[in-house]
Amino acid sequence: MLYRSEEMKYVLSVSDINRYIKEIFSKDLVLSNIWVQGEISNFKHHYSGHMYFTLKDGMGIIKCVMFKTYASSLKFNVKDGMKVLARGYVSLFERDGQYQLYVEGMEQDGIGNLHLAFEELKRKLFERGWFDDEHKKPIPFLPKRIGVVTSPTGAVIRDIINVLSRRNEKFNLLIYPVAVQGETAPPQIAKAIRKLNDENLVDVIIIARGGGSLEELWAFNDEGVCEAVFKSKIPIISAIGHETDFTVTDFVADRRAPTPSAAAEIVMPEKETLKNTISGYEIRLKHGILNWLKLRKNRLMRIQKSSVFTRPNILLDSSRMKIDFSIRGLIHQIERKIINEKTRFKICVSKMDAMSPLKVLHRGYGIIRKANKKEIIRSVTQVENGEEIDIQLSDGIIGCVVKTKIE
Amino acid sequence: MAKAKKTFEESLQELDDIVEGLEKGELGLDESMALFQKGMELSKFCNAKIEEAEKKISILIENEKGDLIEDEFIVEEAK
Repeated sequence: MLYRSEEMKYVLSVSDINRYIKEIFSKDLVLSNIWVQGEISNFKHHYSGHMYFTLKDGMGIIKCVMFKTYASSLKFNVKDGMKVLARGYVSLFERDGQYQLYVEGMEQDGIGNLHLAFEELKRKLFERGWFDDEHKKPIPFLPKRIGVVTSPTGAVIRDIINVLSRRNEKFNLLIYPVAVQGETAPPQIAKAIRKLNDENLVDVIIIARGGGSLEELWAFNDEGVCEAVFKSKIPIISAIGHETDFTVTDFVADRRAPTPSAAAEIVMPEKETLKNTISGYEIRLKHGILNWLKLRKNRLMRIQKSSVFTRPNILLDSSRMKIDFSIRGLIHQIERKIINEKTRFKICVSKMDAMSPLKVLHRGYGIIRKANKKEIIRSVTQVENGEEIDIQLSDGIIGCVVKTKIE
Repeated sequence: MAKAKKTFEESLQELDDIVEGLEKGELGLDESMALFQKGMELSKFCNAKIEEAEKKISILIENEKGDLIEDEFIVEEAK
């Protein structure tokens, strides 16, 4: 509640001011999400699951709380004196009037540095193109000799040998023993890869190491090791840690296997499977050629059975029949033509007959001529009275003299 | 002319191609017989390659001079 006194000052309640301060904290971008480095002290792990402690750096402290939900995913045991990196936000615990760091994540210091170094090297080599696909060499299919760079003791080499034996009882393995963690490891590992290359001792190299923390796998984030892997002419499969562990070596290698056993599987095809594949091909070859023969034989048989071969006369016969047919056709045509012409002829003859002058004479007409001449008289003007004319009748000629003319 | 050394993988691939070609059945007699023969040769070659390897597990050890020598490796039993 806000009220004025005589001196015109704003006076706030305690909760007002606490709320105000809390607001300021929450609005501040830096304090809303921050990493703090310090040493743990006054650590108390409450029965509720929440953790209470302070972080100090010799010049001051900050109070911290880490609630159960976040504390339960911690990968290490928190102890006084431990150097850590804590991630969270700063806020005010109003009840106590105390600001504190509400921790949501925590790492051991040193690890944080390791993470940074890992990211740094990864980025550096990525930009150099060492992770590019074009640098990755194919893994040989049936390598004559397999090289393994690993510790000579422990489960890793045993697992590899077991898997290899299961898939093919015959294999040639050469182990180059190295330390797989600690300071001595990186130079040993790099030297192993170089030596195997220089003397061309194997066809493929597996770099193997069992699971572990970031620190334990650290040797495989060493730039010298990565360089040896990159420069190796022999293909390299990296099998480091568990499935979810990734080291920079994994990115540079030609192939990454999630476990050492998986690497052995990649490198050694199953003998039985191969033999079956080959047998399969042999069977198909034989079937293929038999089929080919069968097809051709069937074709030949069909051809042989065809009537062209068994009864070649058929062709002739049908041709003969065709010829006969044609001849018959011709004869038929000719006969018809003859009949037609005969008919025509008959018609002409009867027409001619009808028009015959002899027929006309039979009907009573006569042909009148000048006596002893051929000239036929058609008109009365052609004769004079007293002229001699001949009248030709159907059965003879009458000689006459013209008595009168009537025009 | 140098004779190319066939790897197992190459031979297997060639065998695959031959089988497919033969199965199509479009080739003449001579070619089909030739392919068949080549195929059987390749399968024999592949089988031989599989059996080729001898079982050998060795470990490299550095001697006093710093040279690497191979030695037989004895797998330690699981504890």
